[in-house]
Amino acid sequence: MVELARGQEDAREPVTEVTGAMDVVFKHSYGEHYDRFYREMRDNKRIVGIKCTRCGGVLLPPRPYCGKCYAPTREWVALSDEGSLLTYTCVHLPFIGQPTDPPYVYAFIMLDGADVQFPHMLGEIEPEDIEVGMRVKAVWNTDRKGTLHDIKYFRPV
Amino acid sequence: MAHAVAVVGTGQTKYVSRREDVNIPEMVREAAQRAMEDAGVTVDDIDAVVVGSAPEIFEGVNSPENWVGIAAVAAGKPLMRIHTGGTVGASTTIAAYYHVASGVFDVVLAVAYEKLSDGIAQYGLSACYDPLWDRDFACGAPALVALQTREYLARYRNKVTEEHGAMVAVKNRKNAIKNPYAQLQLEITVEDVMRSAPVATPLKLLDCCPTSDGAAAMIIAGDRKARKMTPRPAWIAGVGTCTESPYVPNVDMAYPESCVRAAQQAYQMAWIYDPLRDLDMAEIYEAFSFQELIWSEALGLCEPGDGGRFVESGRTAMDGEFPINPSGGVLSSNPIGASAMIRQLEAATQVMGKAGEHQVPGVEKAMAHSWGGAIQFSTVTVFSSRL
Repeated sequence: MVELARGQEDAREPVTEVTGAMDVVFKHSYGEHYDRFYREMRDNKRIVGIKCTRCGGVLLPPRPYCGKCYAPTREWVALSDEGSLLTYTCVHLPFIGQPTDPPYVYAFIMLDGADVQFPHMLGEIEPEDIEVGMRVKAVWNTDRKGTLHDIKYFRPV
Repeated sequence: MAHAVAVVGTGQTKYVSRREDVNIPEMVREAAQRAMEDAGVTVDDIDAVVVGSAPEIFEGVNSPENWVGIAAVAAGKPLMRIHTGGTVGASTTIAAYYHVASGVFDVVLAVAYEKLSDGIAQYGLSACYDPLWDRDFACGAPALVALQTREYLARYRNKVTEEHGAMVAVKNRKNAIKNPYAQLQLEITVEDVMRSAPVATPLKLLDCCPTSDGAAAMIIAGDRKARKMTPRPAWIAGVGTCTESPYVPNVDMAYPESCVRAAQQAYQMAWIYDPLRDLDMAEIYEAFSFQELIWSEALGLCEPGDGGRFVESGRTAMDGEFPINPSGGVLSSNPIGASAMIRQLEAATQVMGKAGEHQVPGVEKAMAHSWGGAIQFSTVTVFSSRL
């Protein structure tokens, strides 16, 4: 005699789904260019870009070749931690993987001296007072680990 | 010279927020079976299969082609899986087109799908961002498109308003009422959209697409067979795809170069000089309402900055001179991996005259568009009733 598993005793109860879960830790290699970029942030509170040898654009994130020209990059450039707000959004939707609890302001900033936007958050300002084009400056964390979170957020100048 | 290629049959499933009556392979099979029936072909007539789906993390199944390829009648046949972000559905069809245009295969089944309810869509989307750079800040799809939308609205602050986005949301949900496959079939007002809850400003809930379960399939055939299979195939007259880098100088999310270039390629191939005049309608990938305005501009349907006026004029309504998204668009159904194919399927079906209640009268030429990635992949496909 075969004993039925619990839940299958009542044939009228449907078996609709199975739960799957993944808990996997990844270790993504940074490479030498990110290494230098994040060390400058952690140790010197400095944001650095790198210049394309063909178009002359100062690129972020730093990398060995330009994503447009595919020409090599060479010269490292120290950028200001101030810049202009390119665009922003106040995120209200909660979901897994967010940098902080919503609502918070996610923004693209064009740092002085850079030609590619820098992604971060805005603080010390009400969402309704934000305007595209406004000047903002990085607020650095004291406990820095070599990630974009070494900057707390950008605040209006 | 490429061989002439046409869509000879299509099949799709009813898009819903969760299907519990089928698993993923069965859902794929459902769309594939309907496409084969529509084309009047059997498994034996299919020479090769191309399958498309979005990132595995959406559904938590790695190498889904192991299961869905077989479900889509690939046993004993060549099988290829395609993946290019949100454009994957369109890329799947385009890969099938390449199979046939090359002369290597005569009849190819293209099928794309997504069962978003099996996982957590926004988490999967966040995991698509660069882990070395902006993944921590980029939140799902709405936040990125919110940045795009804000940039667009700020550039044309005197010409485009949030109400213009709402008009797209109202129009497309209304169109969806006549599409039996659409998920959100809503009679709503601009005010309803404006008052809906903020998701990522300026995007409000009704500016955003739903998440859907569903699949779409098309039978793609070469010239000789296509003419025998159906009296009115939808010829693939033009194909354009383009990719751009998100981290380079002069990226313009409000007028993306990849979209402009994909359109140029497809128009040139299809002898389209003025898309608004030479085409009869379009299915545009508007996962968020404002994107229909942004893409209309990048696709050359109106001048940059005129997207708001374009929708407000009623020209893109179902009864306008150039209907956009008669199916209800992505705003009404979004099984992500399939959505770009659904745009093509709808455009092809319009050309074949088989769109049913949401058929636009007299469509001879139609365009399908899609975008994907960090606003970096674009496809444009032009279908024509004549070779």
